[in-house]
Amino acid sequence: MTMVPHPLVSFVIAVLWLILTGVTPGQMVLAVLVGLVAGAAFGKLTAERVRVRRPGLMLLLVGRVFLDIIRSNYQVAGLILTDARGRRRRSGFVRITLDLTNRNALAMLAIIITSTPGTAWIELDPDDNGLLLHVFDLKHDQDWSRVIKTRYEPLLMEIFR
Amino acid sequence: MTHLEQLPPSVAIIVAVLVAVGSVLTLIGALGLIRLGNFYDRLHAPTLGTSWGAGGILLGSVIMFSTLGSRLVVPELFLGLMMLVTTPVTLMVLGRAALHRDRAEGRIPHDPSGPAG
Repeated sequence: MTMVPHPLVSFVIAVLWLILTGVTPGQMVLAVLVGLVAGAAFGKLTAERVRVRRPGLMLLLVGRVFLDIIRSNYQVAGLILTDARGRRRRSGFVRITLDLTNRNALAMLAIIITSTPGTAWIELDPDDNGLLLHVFDLKHDQDWSRVIKTRYEPLLMEIFR
Repeated sequence: MTHLEQLPPSVAIIVAVLVAVGSVLTLIGALGLIRLGNFYDRLHAPTLGTSWGAGGILLGSVIMFSTLGSRLVVPELFLGLMMLVTTPVTLMVLGRAALHRDRAEGRIPHDPSGPAG
């Protein structure tokens, strides 16, 4: 065990602390302390290190998600207004077997899927790594399993490899 | 309304559009929560508010205060980040609870043709 088991986590928390409290010398000392303690606490929770291998790809991923979220916001908003009772759309479950196993990457994927309107992460089956999604519009929407498999999963695997 | 007087009209329009889009999306999300037919459908409605609903309003705020130069824009980014990170938690808890109940009652929604509503 080193003093700083999770440098990235500690750093981010210290920066957030300074944002919230304002940058003064006293708060800077506190921020470092809070970051170290939080990093150590996080180390007790999980042994897996947060390691972002390809920060550049992270930007690409964020950009992609940003665009997808705009598009699906528009679609879901339209459907709620025109077809709330679901006469012309059909919602339902989709099951996708993921190749992704890194827990931090899975957490990222969960954030992406839940913040994209139209898809909700319901459950990840630990036995076969099968992800159960609920999709708002199966009829008109894009093929979500393909989107996740081709657009998000390879990038996440590359970033958190 | 001292802020608005200092704001150039072009920026004011952008800010207004962003805030309007954000609040309309949040409103539609809330409406969906009332109108949609089943539980899993209703899970999707609030995500409008947590994605671009909040995003539009926060972006408007960032643009306005950075144009005015009155303070750092970082708190908004922090707010957005926190919303992104925390929504999956509650959504997953709700979704899994519903799934657990459905399975216990013998309505297992695994089949992609799923429950009609």
